[in-house]
Amino acid sequence: MIKLEGLTKVFKGHNIPAVKDLNLEVNEGDVCVLVGPSGCGKTTTMKMINRLYEPTGGKIYIRDEDVLQMDPIKLRLDIGYVIQEIGLFPHMTIYENIATVPNEKQWPKDQVKEKVDNVMSLVGLDPDVFKNRYPSALSGGQRQRVGVARAMVSDPSIMLMDEPFGAVDPITRARLQNEFLRIQERMDKTIVFVTHDIDEAIKMSDTIAVMKEGQLVQHATPSDLLSAPADEFVSNLVGRNRSIKRLHLIRISEILEDVDRAPAIKDDTKEEEVKKRLDESDLRTVIVVDRDNKLKGVVGVNDLKRKTGEVAGDYYQEVSDTVTDDATLNDALSVMLEIGEGYVAVVNEDEKYQGTITLGDLLNVVREES
Amino acid sequence: MLRTLWVWIGIPLIMIGIASAIVIYSVNNPPDTIVARMLTYERIFRVIREHMGLLLVSMIGATIVGVAGGIMLSRPSLYRIGRVMETLVNIGQTVPSLAVLALFYTILGLGFRVAVFALFLYSILPILRNTFAGIDGVEHSIIEAARGMGMRPLRVLTKIELPIAFPIIVAGLRTAIVINVGAATLATFIGGGGLGDLIVTGLSVHRDMIIVNGAVIAAITAILLDYLIGKAEERVVRWS
Repeated sequence: MIKLEGLTKVFKGHNIPAVKDLNLEVNEGDVCVLVGPSGCGKTTTMKMINRLYEPTGGKIYIRDEDVLQMDPIKLRLDIGYVIQEIGLFPHMTIYENIATVPNEKQWPKDQVKEKVDNVMSLVGLDPDVFKNRYPSALSGGQRQRVGVARAMVSDPSIMLMDEPFGAVDPITRARLQNEFLRIQERMDKTIVFVTHDIDEAIKMSDTIAVMKEGQLVQHATPSDLLSAPADEFVSNLVGRNRSIKRLHLIRISEILEDVDRAPAIKDDTKEEEVKKRLDESDLRTVIVVDRDNKLKGVVGVNDLKRKTGEVAGDYYQEVSDTVTDDATLNDALSVMLEIGEGYVAVVNEDEKYQGTITLGDLLNVVREES
Repeated sequence: MLRTLWVWIGIPLIMIGIASAIVIYSVNNPPDTIVARMLTYERIFRVIREHMGLLLVSMIGATIVGVAGGIMLSRPSLYRIGRVMETLVNIGQTVPSLAVLALFYTILGLGFRVAVFALFLYSILPILRNTFAGIDGVEHSIIEAARGMGMRPLRVLTKIELPIAFPIIVAGLRTAIVINVGAATLATFIGGGGLGDLIVTGLSVHRDMIIVNGAVIAAITAILLDYLIGKAEERVVRWS
């Protein structure tokens, strides 16, 4: 889909090339993450693809078409572009911001409106609430969503993303990453993604291109990168704790079906039954859900002793945090450490209970993988 | 609705009312024959007309040249010259307006046109400087996002840079107008007419009442125009 051949960029007044003889191929529907320390040329490489920088040498092909022969304006209109600073237009409403590319392409008004509404819902922003607001009235996470929506609105098959989740706190970042992966699963876009964060690279990518001083060091799947780093630079980059990094690669939904654990109990379960279930449970706790399978809380042995009541609904205490089933095992581990428990309840998008995973489950995964 | 009426009609009418009250009182109650002869409705209207003429012609010219120049200097190819110009303009602003008028009198002679030309040049400075600074101050990431999404340079200028710089450009316009109204009172020294006529006449015949009339009308004109432009800007700029 995207092919870089001998790509070189030397900036005016510099002797050392920012990017040197880079060869890289990105397959259709893949997320290719360019990763490396700052100044390694990853952003420069990305900006040459939409010709914000003109290459000094080499070729760029998109679908076998020579990019350097194309009209740069047309080229850019068909490539989604997200940058770390987001670059929302402060004088335009969220609607006008997202409608930028369709307006440049002079789409009919009602088509623009439909697409903007769609893409806003897709990134989790209620159009009725946010449409007429100005960027200054939004939180950092919401602005990032607008930035992504603005890049996706005209449905480009290629997207360039330069640290798109860089400017938000870690918790919001993990959520945005998970949401984006969910969207990407459906959209199947070809994405070039720049980051300096190796954990993000492992989590987001189909392939990772490690760069150093303007050159490509290794281009491989995250799994291969972890098991067979090409040289010392790459192995230093991925770090010592590779087993933990593998947890980024696996989604909770992937292991949930293999986990054999007693199901949750309904909140109208009788005390006798709750006791029985507690004795059977390897966690000494049972999860309580309501009739719609929505998570209510958790009952432990001590709760039965402390409180009085007849059914599970009288005993349970709320859980402090949960994970969604599209989160990674690493997210689950962070939550467990955060709430100080050896388990965490898994829910889906609609907060329906999906199961529970434990530290033991994670340990099994790490053991199997290595 | 009531608030809009008050902002756009109420407050301006009060300002004009104050000036009118002083004028009407002075014309109808002259302390002596000298004031009576020199301070007539006819004369007051004439100097106001002249003053507005000086102001209008020089400001229209200065706005066109200042904004266009500011835009041109902010383009990448002229940007370095723009930075130098910014400094030169700041130095130019320190030359007293009376000196500017005197300078043009020695070169071009007397009259309304010379006064307009001097005021025009003097008013370009704040407009040019603010236009350049306003565009220069647009965050780089915003421009990059616009270009990266496929906006042509001219579209980036008209849709992104100018609207974002607009409040700063307007601030330059307001500065220029206030300076211009004041400086135009000096036009009388080179035969340009205007409210300065009243002030200089009052000075030469030692009649404060005539000076006060000229000064108050000039001051209220400056305050009123500044106020109206500020309010108009508030209506246009709803995003900050």
